[in-house]
Amino acid sequence: MTRVYKWELFKLLSQKRTYLGLGAAMVVPLAFVIVLLIQTGGPNDIPLGRYIRQTGLATPFVVLFFMSIWAFPLITALVAGDIVAAESHNGTLKTILTRSRDRGQIFAAKSLAALTYTAAVIFAMGLVAVVAASLAWGFNDLTSLSGTPVQRWHGLGLLAGSLVVYLWPMAGIAAFGLFLSTVTRNSAASVVGTLMWALLMQLLGVLPGTEPIRPYLLGTQFEAWHGFLRTPADWAPVERAAWVCALYVGTPLFAGYLVFLRRDVAGE
Amino acid sequence: MSDAPPVAARGLVKRYGDIVAVDHVDLTVERGDVFGYLGPNGAGKTTSLRMLLGLIRPTEGRAALFGRDPLVDGARALDGVAGFVEGPRFYPYLSGRRNLRLLADLDGGTGNGRVEEVLEVVELRERAHDKVGGYSHGMRQRLGIAASLLRDPKLLLLDEPTTGLDPAGMRDMRDLVKRLAAQGITILLSSHILAEVEELCNRVAIIRGGSIIYEGRLADLLSSAGVGYRLRVSDAEAALRLLREQGVSAELVDGEVSFQAEPAAVEAASIALGRAGVGIAALVPRTATLEELFLDMTQESS
Repeated sequence: MTRVYKWELFKLLSQKRTYLGLGAAMVVPLAFVIVLLIQTGGPNDIPLGRYIRQTGLATPFVVLFFMSIWAFPLITALVAGDIVAAESHNGTLKTILTRSRDRGQIFAAKSLAALTYTAAVIFAMGLVAVVAASLAWGFNDLTSLSGTPVQRWHGLGLLAGSLVVYLWPMAGIAAFGLFLSTVTRNSAASVVGTLMWALLMQLLGVLPGTEPIRPYLLGTQFEAWHGFLRTPADWAPVERAAWVCALYVGTPLFAGYLVFLRRDVAGE
Repeated sequence: MSDAPPVAARGLVKRYGDIVAVDHVDLTVERGDVFGYLGPNGAGKTTSLRMLLGLIRPTEGRAALFGRDPLVDGARALDGVAGFVEGPRFYPYLSGRRNLRLLADLDGGTGNGRVEEVLEVVELRERAHDKVGGYSHGMRQRLGIAASLLRDPKLLLLDEPTTGLDPAGMRDMRDLVKRLAAQGITILLSSHILAEVEELCNRVAIIRGGSIIYEGRLADLLSSAGVGYRLRVSDAEAALRLLREQGVSAELVDGEVSFQAEPAAVEAASIALGRAGVGIAALVPRTATLEELFLDMTQESS
């Protein structure tokens, strides 16, 4: 299993689209810092937006908010939506399925690789944002969402925790992309379908009348990290995000797994 | 490895809606066979091979390789089995060597030490560091064989391995198959290049419209058509008349007399021709080619 996973990562690292997404995730916070250095205004309506020039620690949180709408879902979909479909299309799926690995192992390795990529993208954004913004405005203490000061190293820990919690709904998007990739066997359809689904989740969250289901929508879970940034920490949204996202990750992955196990691998 | 035959398919059926791609195919490949699987395009060859390898699920029936069904035993059923269907496919953005290492790792890593050796066998070592995306069709076919050899196979399934190759590439591929067969590897070769099958195979199955219409020794198939003769004489009309008087069915083809007869009848006819003053320039025995038999069998009811 480890060998298959290693090769899935190697394949990702050998493809341009991987770097396209990873590069975008790193360029966006850089561009964000540069624009704020040039301009005087700021994203004051966004959580922590008003403290953007107070410390470099605020920038990754603000960028998380902006990128959750379509940028991160698109970056994730580019890989997760392609990872099975491209192999179906190129015929390499039959090459690897006629070796000594069961289909379940191949699917598990692909799932892990897609999730690893998603995590790498998020943490790369966080790292670039902290470094670039700290160079611009200093690595100072952070002000929490409750208005209390947070010592800078503790703030860095909160950022790491927030990125992990943010990864959960992103994993839900990656899992959906994998499912579409397995079922449609078409990269373009899977990438676009995944992005549309992510946007639909966001849209449902702002439509009137959706209040009862809003806590259980995937889009809502992108804000679960806010709980960390309160004093005292509010664990309720984080706990809810854990099980809600587990469903959003587990359901499409399990469905995709079943399809992958039984599907005919013929000329596409 | 069990004593079960390398390939045993029983009652294989594959339907796509109303279309029956493979219709109750029974197939047995014995150890040491170079088995030709013949059929026109769309006859069901590749679909059968896909079912043998577990890539697609049969609608009915069962396929086993050395006694193991890929749908029941999973990847274990492919132990000692290698090959490709519809041409070998590789990651175009990886080098040939890297592709082989990947596949060796998927096999558990045991083939890693053989990567250079198999590259040498297929004469690709010089280009092994190049990305497969830049390989010619022939090079990819050879890399496909190399990928198969990594598994140290006892059974090799090759789906039209020479299709798309130039004459030199076809000759090289045939030589390679001969060498592998000489090493004791059982080979199931799907092809519609009949001269190739005639040259390489000892047993054949012919599939038409999804059904097997012949399975057996190639020599038996060829001899089943009887021996024909071509006769070049000084007076073809006289020879034709004389043969017919002797009860031999004969016809004129391109100025020569073509007929089928038992050896004793041929001897009698040649004496009769001499006595009648018809000079014999050539009397050439001629067996039916696989191509003629194949076309007869596959076009009979199409």
